[in-house]
Amino acid sequence: MISLAGRDILHSWGKFVFTGIGLGLLIGVTLVMAGVYRGMVDDGKALLDNSGADLWVVQKDTLGPYAESSSLNDDIYRGVLAMPGVLRAANVTYLTMQVRKGGHDVRAMVVGIAPGKIGITPGWPPYLVAGRQMTRGHYEAVADIATGFALGERIQIRRNTFTVVGLTRRMVSSSGDPMIFIALKDAQEAQFLKDNDAIWQSRRRTEANPAFNRPSVPGLLDAVIASQSSNAFVNAVLVTLEPGHAADEVAESIRRWKRLTVYTRAQMEDILVGKLIASSAKQIAMFLVILAFVSAAIVAFIIYTLTMDKIREIAVLKLIGTRNRTIAAMILQQALALGVIGFVVGKITATYAAPLFPKYVLLVPADSIAGFVAVLLICVLSSIIAIRMALKVDPAEAIGG
Amino acid sequence: MKSLFPSGRTLGLLAVLVPLLALFIYVGLRSGPLAPVAVTLTTVESRAITPALFGIGTVEARYTYNIGPTQAGRIKYLDVHVGDWVKAGQVLGEMEPVDLDDRVRSQEFAYRRAEAALREAEARQAYAQSQARRYEQLLPARLASEEAVATRRQELQIANAALSAAREDLSRARSDRDALVAQRSNLRLIAPADGVIAVRDADPGTTMVAGQSVVEIIDPTSLWVNVRFDQISALGLASGLSAHVVLRSREGAALQGRVLRIEPKADVVTEEMLAKVVFDVMPQPLPPVGELAEVTIDLRELASAPVIPNAAIRRNGGKAGVWRIADGALSFTPITLGASDLHGHVQVLGGLEAGDQVVLYSEKALATHSRIHVVERIAGVAP
Repeated sequence: MISLAGRDILHSWGKFVFTGIGLGLLIGVTLVMAGVYRGMVDDGKALLDNSGADLWVVQKDTLGPYAESSSLNDDIYRGVLAMPGVLRAANVTYLTMQVRKGGHDVRAMVVGIAPGKIGITPGWPPYLVAGRQMTRGHYEAVADIATGFALGERIQIRRNTFTVVGLTRRMVSSSGDPMIFIALKDAQEAQFLKDNDAIWQSRRRTEANPAFNRPSVPGLLDAVIASQSSNAFVNAVLVTLEPGHAADEVAESIRRWKRLTVYTRAQMEDILVGKLIASSAKQIAMFLVILAFVSAAIVAFIIYTLTMDKIREIAVLKLIGTRNRTIAAMILQQALALGVIGFVVGKITATYAAPLFPKYVLLVPADSIAGFVAVLLICVLSSIIAIRMALKVDPAEAIGG
Repeated sequence: MKSLFPSGRTLGLLAVLVPLLALFIYVGLRSGPLAPVAVTLTTVESRAITPALFGIGTVEARYTYNIGPTQAGRIKYLDVHVGDWVKAGQVLGEMEPVDLDDRVRSQEFAYRRAEAALREAEARQAYAQSQARRYEQLLPARLASEEAVATRRQELQIANAALSAAREDLSRARSDRDALVAQRSNLRLIAPADGVIAVRDADPGTTMVAGQSVVEIIDPTSLWVNVRFDQISALGLASGLSAHVVLRSREGAALQGRVLRIEPKADVVTEEMLAKVVFDVMPQPLPPVGELAEVTIDLRELASAPVIPNAAIRRNGGKAGVWRIADGALSFTPITLGASDLHGHVQVLGGLEAGDQVVLYSEKALATHSRIHVVERIAGVAP
């Protein structure tokens, strides 16, 4: 028994393989698109994972700290710490800004992390790829490798210069900006003391206000300015739970007694995936669907053309009395082979193309398997049209004009 | 010959398809969640570490003098400017005396008048005394009546009283005059100690309220650094420890100093401990008051103990620990951490022995079932 499909492929394998590769690139783009969507969701989850928190305590009635701005006094964590079931509570600040290094700047999310024991204080980077964790309480930074900063480099955040002492990986904000970790006190200052000009202007404004600048009360102006130039606010309190306490229970008691808004991990994921990236994720999903349809149409068209190219040979086969089943099997096998080559090429190109994207592209094996099944299904469906055309052909065409 | 031709085609096809398939399998296994996690390893070493504390503070003057009037008034003149060196007792300026000079003069005349009144009282008393003495000599000879003698005695007593009243009046007038002179001299702004003018808050003609400062004098030889240490990492802070001070304006040059004292009161709001650090040798030129300084304080060297880099510490199930490699298998070992230094070395008090292999850096978070792939350096990190 000779394989008609194999014979035909061998006859013009160059054309066949190149068609497969072309198809593969299309499938690759589709897989990358799925990867972009997964990457967006994963960015959100990475943000939650990396914070190491079980609960997020934020300003009352806000969706903070990631989806909305939230502001809490920095001593609230002490009260939270006293709640039953709370193992650790740590302040944290988030500020998305341009971080300067030399002449250029990088968009990054600056995270202010509370001092504490490394490894158990929530908010600290959970792992590093180089360097060390911060040891000084000021002017040290751990940066994500995606910022492009190297160990020992000096970077400018607002008014102060920080030394990069550690590098980490996959520490991103929900919008994919790399994170830079600095000490909480520096971050509070960075949030508030914007630049020297702003500080001077603010002082002059205060001086110009007769309510604060009263000659009869010496020292009042100084006191007012001092109180204006300190920032006792943080964006959230990260809480870890004692073993054996349910997150919902502890969250409810903090909500009730501290009158703050608290989110558990599941609620936070809902906010990030369901609200923060919802529209951009839908956009990507829509594009993915369109791309899938376009791919299907192109696959169908390619198989149809391949069959039509050898319509004369098929007529000859029919003329010599080949069974319809054999001809149909030949076309189907070729279609499937094309699909398999296309998928293999697509998977390889997607894997190698993914790291080149500026934002994270996550290729999930489940997506690949689903993609493979879909590709085969599309090949089968599109070969049906080609088979119908082949079976309808008149054997007389083999000898006719 | 004929059979070779198709096999050549087959070979050609295989030459394309086999590498493609091999690459596909490689890609499937080496990327995505199935891929092993690249890690670097480190060995637990037993070594001594020197813990250190790091804090920031500002340069402050130990002695600051705010010079100003004790009562409301207008500045008449002010001779010193910011940066001038002044000596103890030097007159810096003066407040407007308004009518005080006239009142001093008036009091001077009142004093002279009291002197004149005293002279009058003395004359009266001298006369009364001589009269009384004369009549007493006449009485034994019965040349004067008892009544006349009694009258002279009474006159003498009155004259004595008038004399002492005049003396007290004089004293009062002198004191009144002295008080006004003291008030007058109090209008002068005088340097209480040697120092340099740091602030000149007002200029001549400005009206000041009592207690408002006109100039501020600091003693530049008494500069120290008011340092703040986070309470969480201030264990071991004690007076007498040596310190390295890096001034913001002189980055790279560490000045030697020592901890003078730890403040008994910590800052409640910022959760910081306060300490004063003095310079061993006063830096020249003197740093301006208020300059930011980074202070590193060396603590005593600790005895040798197993030490790991702090990057190796991970969290798993709410506990701090390390990923240990034993017989090629990955396992999470909770550890008890001890002192650490500023270079990122941490003592391990329990859970690890010197010589153990632990994961230092990893490409992503590890789990017990993670497959690992030991590398020299994580991809993307510059050598």
